[in-house]
Amino acid sequence: MWARAVWLGLRAPLGGRRGLTSTTDPQGSGRITVEVIEHLERLALVDFGSREAVARLEKAVAFADRLRAVDTDGVEPMESVLEDRCLYLRSDNVVEGNCAEELLQNSHRVVEEYFVAPPGNISLPKLDEQEPFPHS
Amino acid sequence: MLRWGSPGRRWALAWGDGGFRQRRGSPTGSASNRVRGQSSGAQQLLDTAQKPRKGKHEWAALVGLEIHAQISSNSKLFSGSQVRFAAPPNSLVSFFDASLPGTLPVLNRRCVEAAVMTGLALNCHINKKSLFDRKHYFYADLPAGYQITQQRLPIAVNGSLTYSICTGKKQSQMITKTVRIKQIQLEQDSGKSLHDDLRSQTLIDLNRAGVGLLEVVLEPDMSCGEEAATAVRELQLILQALGTSQANMAEGQLRVDANISVHHPGEPWGIRTEVKNLNSIKFLAKAIDYEIQRQIDELENGGEILNETRSFDYKLGCTMPMRDKEGKQDYRFMPEPNLPPLLLYDATSLPAGTDSQQVINIDQIRERLPELPRVTRERLIQQYGMLPEHGFALLRMRGQGPRLLSLKDINYLLHSASDKLDKRQTFELMYNEPRLPGCFFAQNCDFREESASI
Repeated sequence: MWARAVWLGLRAPLGGRRGLTSTTDPQGSGRITVEVIEHLERLALVDFGSREAVARLEKAVAFADRLRAVDTDGVEPMESVLEDRCLYLRSDNVVEGNCAEELLQNSHRVVEEYFVAPPGNISLPKLDEQEPFPHS
Repeated sequence: MLRWGSPGRRWALAWGDGGFRQRRGSPTGSASNRVRGQSSGAQQLLDTAQKPRKGKHEWAALVGLEIHAQISSNSKLFSGSQVRFAAPPNSLVSFFDASLPGTLPVLNRRCVEAAVMTGLALNCHINKKSLFDRKHYFYADLPAGYQITQQRLPIAVNGSLTYSICTGKKQSQMITKTVRIKQIQLEQDSGKSLHDDLRSQTLIDLNRAGVGLLEVVLEPDMSCGEEAATAVRELQLILQALGTSQANMAEGQLRVDANISVHHPGEPWGIRTEVKNLNSIKFLAKAIDYEIQRQIDELENGGEILNETRSFDYKLGCTMPMRDKEGKQDYRFMPEPNLPPLLLYDATSLPAGTDSQQVINIDQIRERLPELPRVTRERLIQQYGMLPEHGFALLRMRGQGPRLLSLKDINYLLHSASDKLDKRQTFELMYNEPRLPGCFFAQNCDFREESASI
């Protein structure tokens, strides 16, 4: 699950320190595998089109890894920078809507006031179907 | 820990990889049980698939449910557009629902009250602090690319739902069963997709996008289609009694997904499949029983169960794997950055001098809880001396929505009442009991006049 550990390192840590140190490289020089790139491209629909982009990603992970230097034992994780604010509760009245025409202008194709989308998700081509990717 | 209903369940599953879990209790099955009953046992199981299992030592089934109930409110969960069933496409959509940049979610107070009421009615612990999260996945009817839900800390946890099954020769024996409620959470509904296979396109209507949903997660304490169907019916009655949801499956206000697995008693739990696209209680029971049988047949023939999502084809009466669902879904949960934690108060913790519109008092909501179906049934049985199954029938009729009584209904009511009641008491029941079918009828016309012509 090294690939997952790397990915988790990118996200804001949700529960203090996780016991991942056993699987990640403490030096932070983790190489990101082709499987991880493929996985990320599917999840986030980003395009790591070049070696440079992957290198940038590796640098970003290494940068984020410095968070592990902080000892967070016994510290409650912060869920939100808004934690001291009150969550505003709106009363249950209808005040919006009725702007179908305006909204439909955003759509490339429209059929009788419906947005038109392709049938289901279009899967990304598998890695071996793509052009050869300059990755070691 | 086996997490049946949490949204992060998909990647948490590791059953096939050897992640075992021993069921408590003395094992009754041994290796020999597995071999026994290959042909005759299987046939026997097939025949009795629809009835509650008795004496079936070979296989035990586990059924957990995830129920999504649309909250009965005027406006949506995070925006001020209207909640209505039938309307011109995309006419009930605000800029936030269409996920235009720059829009922010604003929580609807009525939806929070509905969640708290439902949690209290189902004996849940209400979390005084709950959090909102984003669940990411791509689909055309989810314009933002994520759904706002409550995965880390939902609004209510650890409740129970009690229901009664009729058994016995004359279906007159009532057995009470309980199913644990793992959690209740608030989340957004997605829009509607209309598939146009002819032109290879999908038409999207966002009227439903953003409507508030209560997701009620039931632990796998049920073992067959009938138990699941009865539990769902009871939940429907409760939601309707509370007014938190109209819970009409035909109109899509109540959607149920079932998680089903089979195993030998005393052995680790089997791999589960998820069955979706169940749009009536009758099909829910059928689909569950079919899937249980399919898994048993598959395993007895030496096959294996894949952790997959299946849909129920009601015309063929079977479940099929759903296309467009990849093996493992990674939802990349993250805290919703635009919403602070949701804080609820009770009588003791209510902060002084606050705007009552901005605080929710759990104790106040508890006081306002209406009479629950279980209590109503008991009261009818005690007060009018009717038989338990008639109490159930009356409430089931009420649950089917207000309607004019048919002659058959009136006859049934008069006959059931006449077991113990005289005519006067019967009329009393009809006129005085609020929201019973008879009362609705009586309010529309003169019951005595009508019944005179029967």
